[in-house]
Amino acid sequence: MDSKPSKQTDFLIVICIALCLLRGCGGEIPPRPTGGVTVLPPVKPDEPQAYPDPEKDNLPVFTMDYPRIQIPFEVTLWVLLASFAKIGFHVYNKMTIWVPESCLLISIGLIVGAIMHSVNEEPPAVLTSNVFFLYMLPPIVLDSGYFMPTQPFFENIGTVLWFAVVGTLWNSIGIGMSLFAICQIEAFGVQDINLQENLLFAAIISAVDPVAVLSVFEDVSVNEQLYIVVFGECLFNDAVTVVLYNMFNFVADMPVVEPVDVFLGVARFFIVGLGGMGFGVLFGFVAAFTTRFTSKVREIEPLFIFMYSYLAYLVAELFAISSIMAIVTCALTMKYYVEENVSQRSCTTIRHVVKMLGSISETLIFFFLGMVAITTEHEWNWGYILFTLLFAFLWRGLGVLVLTQIINPFRTIPFNLKDQFGLAYGGLRGAISFALAFTLPDNIGRKKLFVTATIAIIIFTVFLQGISIRPLIEFINVRRTNRNLETINVEIHCRVMEHTIAGIEDLCGQWSHFYWKDKFMKFNNRILRRILIRDNRAESSIVALYKKLELQNAMEILDTVSGDISAAPSIRSLHEEKKGPVKPKKRFLAADLRNMHDILAKNMYKIRQRTVSYTSKHALPNDSRTREILIRRHSSIRRSLRPGSFQTTVVPKSHKYFSLPAGASLDSSLPPGRRTDTDETMSEVSFPARRPRFTPPTRSSSRAVVPLRRLDTLEEVPSVDILDERQTRSSAQDRVLPRSHSSSSEPRLHAPRLRLEPSENDSNSSALPGWAAEPRDNTTRNPLLRRPQWNVKKI
Amino acid sequence: MGSRASTLLREEEIEEIKKETGFSHSQITRLYSRFTSLDKGENGTLSREDFQRIPELAINPLGDRIINAFFPEGEDQVNFRGFMRTLAHFRPIEDSEKNKNPAASEPLNSRTNKLLFAFRLYDLDRDDKISRDELLQVLRMMVGVNISDEQLGSIADRTIQEADTNGDNSISFTEFIKVLEKVDVEQKMSIRFLH
Repeated sequence: MDSKPSKQTDFLIVICIALCLLRGCGGEIPPRPTGGVTVLPPVKPDEPQAYPDPEKDNLPVFTMDYPRIQIPFEVTLWVLLASFAKIGFHVYNKMTIWVPESCLLISIGLIVGAIMHSVNEEPPAVLTSNVFFLYMLPPIVLDSGYFMPTQPFFENIGTVLWFAVVGTLWNSIGIGMSLFAICQIEAFGVQDINLQENLLFAAIISAVDPVAVLSVFEDVSVNEQLYIVVFGECLFNDAVTVVLYNMFNFVADMPVVEPVDVFLGVARFFIVGLGGMGFGVLFGFVAAFTTRFTSKVREIEPLFIFMYSYLAYLVAELFAISSIMAIVTCALTMKYYVEENVSQRSCTTIRHVVKMLGSISETLIFFFLGMVAITTEHEWNWGYILFTLLFAFLWRGLGVLVLTQIINPFRTIPFNLKDQFGLAYGGLRGAISFALAFTLPDNIGRKKLFVTATIAIIIFTVFLQGISIRPLIEFINVRRTNRNLETINVEIHCRVMEHTIAGIEDLCGQWSHFYWKDKFMKFNNRILRRILIRDNRAESSIVALYKKLELQNAMEILDTVSGDISAAPSIRSLHEEKKGPVKPKKRFLAADLRNMHDILAKNMYKIRQRTVSYTSKHALPNDSRTREILIRRHSSIRRSLRPGSFQTTVVPKSHKYFSLPAGASLDSSLPPGRRTDTDETMSEVSFPARRPRFTPPTRSSSRAVVPLRRLDTLEEVPSVDILDERQTRSSAQDRVLPRSHSSSSEPRLHAPRLRLEPSENDSNSSALPGWAAEPRDNTTRNPLLRRPQWNVKKI
Repeated sequence: MGSRASTLLREEEIEEIKKETGFSHSQITRLYSRFTSLDKGENGTLSREDFQRIPELAINPLGDRIINAFFPEGEDQVNFRGFMRTLAHFRPIEDSEKNKNPAASEPLNSRTNKLLFAFRLYDLDRDDKISRDELLQVLRMMVGVNISDEQLGSIADRTIQEADTNGDNSISFTEFIKVLEKVDVEQKMSIRFLH
């Protein structure tokens, strides 16, 4: 067994260390390692000792063989313990509002660590060995990369790289130099730390940690720009950290640093960074290409995602280039194409598993961080550690200030002071720093001091900054509420104007660098999609997605509405309302006015602001509001196209948006030609985190509508019927949407005068387009009409 | 970006647009490249589908109305001039323009014209009145699911009641202007166009 690869033996050793803890289990106790990572021959578990003495011949009725299962058993127990802690936090809701989960987990870890320390046990050496870098870190980074919002990310990529690279360099060198200056002061007694070692230490602690930051930012509703920049920064500063760490490590041994080494360091940085990205992109494309052929093996489709991204990570680790960048770019590249190729179930599975693994890893990391903080050997030096904290803050603040000044002119949305504060204050350090500190070579004399200082910084930043960032941000972003009630008119009209402005701004494409995006989309459509996507029918798959989303959303809304009809306060004057042609002038009481204001304030859609607050990290992306707007818009477009719909101005009833009136038939008098081309709407849409996943072989007509009664039950049997029904009808009027541009479809569309008057007659009163795409195979039909997996947030 | 645009947009046209709308040269070229990137059919005009292809506009509650505002009565195509003419409404009002000769025709981005743009978002049939139904339609677009028709109707009634001075149960343009007299429309309905 000596020839086993060292990684596996390490893991085995780690778990065997875990064995030491639970001594009362009768298994063999392997020797405790001296510290750090050493390669020992693996321990063979002994035969179970529960066998009876050889003299007796009775058959053992009840035996116990603990050592055999010890390793997986203990792993499972630790994971369970951490997960229970996580559940426990949410029992006390108030606590999670003020204290981010990471802090709570570290606290629990501290407690458990204290317990262990008092009984003189060692915790599993999870953070101090390869286990961390090989098993615990990849899931988190994959989670971050997979759910990264691509569009804002690419819009901000310059800023992200700027902060990641230059910011980290600034921090490292600044902190290193200042600490070296401090070391010269005799009073602190740390004169033996030379410049290289200081720089090395600074490189370790200057990197903002994705795990810590994201878990804190999730609860604080920072605006999207800020989120993206911090998010991107902490993912991409890994390249710099790796280079600096290796460089200073290498250099720490040498007495003299030559310029050649600096030059080599720069060269190495490019190799690390670009190499990481290159590997990521390569594996992403290979994964996308593989999924092109997996239509027959749907069960293992999710596997490819995980295997390829993990492979990217490992290969990058092999060459000591930035593995985090590799896996992030792999996820980014792969996601877009894969989600078009795989089935709906696989898509959902992938998302859920990615989230789950990321969540568990993060929980475990914080947990073990707390434990390890107690149980490692510390060397405390007040001066050094306090100054480290001080300088970390100082240099980050300065760095953010200076760097934003330089980059702001290049940004379309400049960072104001509030944003800068958020950026600076949100620079938390986390477990990666600790793991790096622990793997410092032992020949550095003050290694224990470094480890202690790192832990101090991590705990300080996570606790102090993590807990206080939320109140501070709220304090800074105090919204000026207009307490004097404006007239309803003003409120409504102002909102109309704001929506208009938002729409015009989007129309002008002010924020997106649409030129490059346009170019990329052309390249994408012409070349990449052909190669990587199975049935390359771009537009039609988007239509399919749209239909599916609308159906699902309609069902969600129906559930919401039926469950809670009137969430808004009622208006007293409702009862006296007469629907005569001439309405007597109503008197509105003050209470009614307040109610109206409340209703409007709560229910009017918010503007698409530049600074949208970002969704929670732990939830899958949720679009219910977006989808509802889409349904309404779509229905208004459709209604406007019907002949004879321009004359009447019947006010649409709200329930007509969601279904037919009970008992109404599916038919509408809409001739087949009258399809809107809003499917073209979506040709460039990248709906938040969702890409169309399958393409219908045929196009169903716009008339197929899900009747009200069937929506209630959501059974699978009727749903199949509906699809069948639709299919027969659609085959009758099959119409393939031309792939060409809108110009060809215009004549059809604009034959009637296209006035967007949302009026209707009864038979066409279904705002629910209700088209279901015909999925490729029968097995994926039902998920289409099944309840969506993710939660609907109440608007 | 710039080179492609300027070959297709002649200098005289730019000058004309500049005079009519008040945009600067660089703004016009930039918006022209945006126009061409939207124009998938490459025939020099935009149709409604081209607008609907913009994702953010698709999820704007008033997206349809905004798109509609670009197309003059009865037409389905808008050329670059028309595009710019509509966008000119959103140019910020500069101080130098405020004290213009009142006899001269109002620039496209005057306060009145901005308000007229907003008014026309409601008033689809162009009868210069926002009827209760038109108001309800816009309200319904802007509001989520939890509002019943009765509540929305009451809100609409109240809106009309507040604004209506001549008792015709609808809001005319003059009444609209009056209601919004305290609102800083110049700032609310302006975009900082990039150069």
